[in-house]
Amino acid sequence: MTYHNPPTTPRRSATFDDYTMSEIRRAAATGIYDIRGSGAKRKLPHFDDLLFLGASISRYPLEGYRERCDTSVTLGARHAKKPIQLKIPITIAGMSFGSLSGPAKEALGRGATIAGTSTTTGDGGMTEEERGHSQTLVYQYLPSRYGMNPRDLRRADAIEIVVGQGAKPGGGGMLLGQKISDRVAEMRTLPKGIDQRSACRHPDWTGPDDLEIKILELREITDWEKPIYVKVGGARPYYDTALAVKAGADVVVLDGMQGGTAATQEVFIEHVGQPTLACIRPAVKALQDLGMHRKVQLIVSGGIRNGADVAKALALGADAVSIGTAALIALGDNDPRWEDEYQKLGTTAGAYDDWHEGKDPAGITTQDPELMKRVDPIAAGRRLANYLKVMTLEAQTIARACGKNHVHNLEPEDLCALTIESAAMAGVPLAGTGWIPGKGSF
Amino acid sequence: MNVTTLAKAPQREVNYAPRVFDLDAAPLRELNLALHQVTDASDEPSWEVINPKGSHAVAAGVAQPIAVEVRGSVGYYCGGMNDRASITVHGSAGPGVGENMMSGQITVKGDASQYAGATGRGGLLVIEGNASSRCGISMKGIDIVVRGNVGHMSAFMAQSGNLVVLGNAGDALGDSIYEARLFVRGEVKSLGADCIKKEMRPEHIAKLKELLDRAGITDVKPEEFTRYGSARTLYNFNIDNADAY
Repeated sequence: MTYHNPPTTPRRSATFDDYTMSEIRRAAATGIYDIRGSGAKRKLPHFDDLLFLGASISRYPLEGYRERCDTSVTLGARHAKKPIQLKIPITIAGMSFGSLSGPAKEALGRGATIAGTSTTTGDGGMTEEERGHSQTLVYQYLPSRYGMNPRDLRRADAIEIVVGQGAKPGGGGMLLGQKISDRVAEMRTLPKGIDQRSACRHPDWTGPDDLEIKILELREITDWEKPIYVKVGGARPYYDTALAVKAGADVVVLDGMQGGTAATQEVFIEHVGQPTLACIRPAVKALQDLGMHRKVQLIVSGGIRNGADVAKALALGADAVSIGTAALIALGDNDPRWEDEYQKLGTTAGAYDDWHEGKDPAGITTQDPELMKRVDPIAAGRRLANYLKVMTLEAQTIARACGKNHVHNLEPEDLCALTIESAAMAGVPLAGTGWIPGKGSF
Repeated sequence: MNVTTLAKAPQREVNYAPRVFDLDAAPLRELNLALHQVTDASDEPSWEVINPKGSHAVAAGVAQPIAVEVRGSVGYYCGGMNDRASITVHGSAGPGVGENMMSGQITVKGDASQYAGATGRGGLLVIEGNASSRCGISMKGIDIVVRGNVGHMSAFMAQSGNLVVLGNAGDALGDSIYEARLFVRGEVKSLGADCIKKEMRPEHIAKLKELLDRAGITDVKPEEFTRYGSARTLYNFNIDNADAY
């Protein structure tokens, strides 16, 4: 009788998984790194790793639908003559005309205005669509200075100096030639059809001492009326926040690595920066150490999806949050209704991220005149407004359950963490214990 | 014609004497606010700023065709985002003079520090001395004339407009340049990525003559300059060009 050795089950490598091997094959075939939009897709410690404790014998709740829970936020009262007043603590993040279509920008403005919040320009300048349809518009001041001019600076409601973004702290941008229409090219003062690089650092200042003078110049040009934000990627949140405050910022915008981008290298998105959850407490500590918490406002962005995320960010000390990717999904991005077309592009609804190619079936991340017709700015704006209202209601529901009459009264003591990592990052106790790993320093 | 009626018409008072603003006596904020409050340039066409003593953002954001004479040296961002004003600095200028200028003219009688004319979109910036590094960085339509030398990385990522240098240029001139035109009369220490020497055709001679005339320079000839610009090989990403970066 012959004995046959039984075979082992085929075993796939955890290190060389399917995605990794496909990327190696893609790189070998093309000789170029993978470029895509959106933010980090890997699983990261996030707000889902935190839970609210709710009310108990020692904390009494507020009555839903009866007792008021305020959500208003004032931004920029430190130095600006005209601070911004928002009804809700959720703003729309900067996204450029060029990376987004005109109807998509209009929809963002419409939705934000209905909900009582602000929207933000992006790399490429201010369009009439977004100025006209945004009651409160934040004008980004970026390294490329595409479209920058004093008229738009003065008709903005606030100015956001962009030092970095969470998807690529330390990186610039590239709008590929296929998205450069006549209008985009004219706004950026470049020939049509060529790749447009957005610089990674500002052309006329370096370092915090220069930034202080740059902020002074912008205040002088706008007669000290406009709040000035400084946006940083989640790299060194304690020091970046402290230096932005020292330079004179009214508001610090802190964008974690889940924050999206129109296009950059996959390796950059997934391997540079810190998770949003890890950035908040160091930034808040910097503000507290300087005696500026609640005087200089902190806006947190990067992976905010629902009212629970909003409430958790505020409980950790933020004054407001900002959404980008979630807002695009509300407009219709990655909607399964376009599944057939996503398949033709070699992807599927929910995974489409080649925003730089300008072929977006949903008509949002494109300059194709036919595709962009798929965005009805009125209907899409309404969806965004609905979504913002739902998030606000959710955050209020949680705040009332914690006994707070303003969402800003949420605090770290209202939270516990499900994992050691998130407990350490958020500075709240591991569930069922009083243990906060690493408490005492960052 | 009713002469009597004309004689009785209210006469508009025009102030021809410069309005003098002393930065020793009042803060910068009041100067710039006063300049921004000019709604009709003919009302107060002429301004003089004394005792600038290196102040930053002097005459930033002016949006009327007025003349501003600054008696002394200034700090960062003098004339930033200038739109139509004619600003003269009777001294030297710190970093970013005329940054993002839209139109008008800024003249620096002395030297200029880094980033002179950065991202400028229009108008004319004249530097009668030398300019430091990154002169004309990311320029988007401005014309810059430097009587002396410019430092390294000048016209980096320059998109549009003209940079004229009567002296020498430092390292990496015009690195990653787009459609801006560079005219250098002296030596160029080195050219940056994708920047090449180009033929001086008659239209370039004519343009250069116009720029020199506008800058009030009469002692040099356009034919003495060499033109530099983009080779346009890096306009669309190609992996085989990666070594250029």
